[in-house]
Amino acid sequence: MTAVHARTRPPGAQRFREMSGNVGWGLIAWVLGIAFFLPVLWMVITAFKPESAAETWPPKFTFSPTLAEFRLVFSGWGPYVTHSVIATVVSTLLVLLLGVPAAYALAIHPVKRWQDGLFFFISTKMLPIVAAIGPLYVIALKTHLLDNIWLLIILYTAMNLPLAIWLIRSFMLEVPGEMLEAAELDGAGRIRQMGEVIMPVISPGLVSTALICVIFAWNELFLALNLTTTNAATLPMFLISSVPQEGLYIAHLSAAATVASVPVIIVGWVAQRSLVRGLSMGAIK
Amino acid sequence: MAEVKYVQASRVYAKDAPPAVDALDLDIKDGEFMVLVGPSGSGKTTALRMLAGLEPLDGGRIEIGEKDVTWVPPKDRDIAMVFQNYALYPNKTVAENMGFALKMQHVHKDERARRVQEAARLLDLDDQLLGRKPKALSGGQRQRVAMGRAIVREPRVFLMDEPLSNLDAKLRVQTRAQIAELQRRLGITTVYVTHDQVEAMTMGNRVAVLAGGKLQQCDTPRQLYDNPVNQFVAGFIGSPAMNLQTVPLTEEGARLGGTVIPLPTAVRTAASQAGLRELVLGIRPEHMHLADGSGQIKGEVMLVEELGADALLHVRLAESGNQVVARAEGRKPPAPGQDVTFRVQPDDVFAFNPATGARLAG
Repeated sequence: MTAVHARTRPPGAQRFREMSGNVGWGLIAWVLGIAFFLPVLWMVITAFKPESAAETWPPKFTFSPTLAEFRLVFSGWGPYVTHSVIATVVSTLLVLLLGVPAAYALAIHPVKRWQDGLFFFISTKMLPIVAAIGPLYVIALKTHLLDNIWLLIILYTAMNLPLAIWLIRSFMLEVPGEMLEAAELDGAGRIRQMGEVIMPVISPGLVSTALICVIFAWNELFLALNLTTTNAATLPMFLISSVPQEGLYIAHLSAAATVASVPVIIVGWVAQRSLVRGLSMGAIK
Repeated sequence: MAEVKYVQASRVYAKDAPPAVDALDLDIKDGEFMVLVGPSGSGKTTALRMLAGLEPLDGGRIEIGEKDVTWVPPKDRDIAMVFQNYALYPNKTVAENMGFALKMQHVHKDERARRVQEAARLLDLDDQLLGRKPKALSGGQRQRVAMGRAIVREPRVFLMDEPLSNLDAKLRVQTRAQIAELQRRLGITTVYVTHDQVEAMTMGNRVAVLAGGKLQQCDTPRQLYDNPVNQFVAGFIGSPAMNLQTVPLTEEGARLGGTVIPLPTAVRTAASQAGLRELVLGIRPEHMHLADGSGQIKGEVMLVEELGADALLHVRLAESGNQVVARAEGRKPPAPGQDVTFRVQPDDVFAFNPATGARLAG
């Protein structure tokens, strides 16, 4: 086809068409990228403004940057960040701990009616969480878990588990059946097969699953807002508490939000390679 | 080292479907290289997996070394298997891959290293390859590592499931010879599955031909070629395939290509006893000898396939108009469109019952 085109059209025009096509796509990508990034940039810039400069309209681009708002954030965020880290890390570990065996039972040696099980897991995500908050509140109240970090851990685990099971299952399906049979013939039991054959193959997938769980748990607000006050309040709660009843607060809020985003960005950046590998997994033949 | 025995071994996947392996009876001698061959869906791989213990039996039993292993788990059968896609562990080095089974048997580290080295030497795997991951190996090297993993175990039986199918044509021919030679040297009973009849013929001491889950014939390659028991085996063994033509019976023989091919009395008797009015005539391409106008079978050349050493003639027969293939000398093959005649030795003609496919005695 290209040969025919080259003969009927002047080669220059062909080149131009190809180039302009690439430029067009590049342009769209950049516009989209900037559209997504602009609010973030605005947030970061505002965080460095003094409160008085943050509220002006049109926005000022010349100001003397200050770390005052960050200082304020760091002075008050201690308990919140501790709660967030505990809830995020423990719930993610629990998700992996429960998700791996569950995925195994749905992928490697499918249990009876495994399709129903799979659907059940994902169906729990279909209900809006608002619909469950009333009963959740009552249960938390009766079990004396209101404003307790364990409540968040349990809920975040439950919240992320269905998605994690689906993800891990899809990674496990990538493990060639032949490899498991080879391990079986080699004399490796189920546990050994898990440790020596399955885990190494799916580990990039596990990392990306864990990362997604971390992001979801770290950013979760609704449950934390309704079920905690002080003893288990997380970083998103801190952001809300940065909004005072009166007075200027945009710069302070931006600083808090910037600080809250940093861990997720770092985790994402560190795990980038395994995220890409995990989401495009293919075992060697 | 051990003999292997299938006794009425069956495997049924779905209740209504015909069995994947149907009452297989097969005796494999100690140290023998047995090839299971057949088209896809013939049950050859299932039969192998039953022997490996990866597939349960729905009837009959399997013995290894006179011991019933039907319900023995795979790891306790003292067998080693080479898989079609090699199934190497991607996160382990070549040496770890080869030594994994020994590690599972709690063989001491030094002994393990020694046996891995030994197997590597046997397979011409360099020492530096032993430290690499499978991903860094070529297809041929991976294949040899998969072989090595089996050899290291020093099992009583080797099972191989189309181990050459992922290699390119040239390497396949080389490796084919190496595996056959290695097996003879080690003297370990081997069951080898392939769909490639050339592999089957060149490698096996004996070859078991399967079709539709049933054993058709199990014999030496020579016997399969010279004395196929039925139409399926006749058509499957040999390349290019035997010409099979349904032809009308006459008083003295069968009518083909404008002539009557004489048939032995025994065949004619068998045919008349079966009440047949026509039968399937089988003649191998290499047994159709070109004759300069003096042959009995007449036809017209439609197409010539040059193979170098010889040429394959696609010939339209006179009268019936059916196409057959004949092997001719490569130097001066007839041109397409040319009328030709062939001579056929009466001994080279096979006759089959068109209804059952069974060979008519002759």
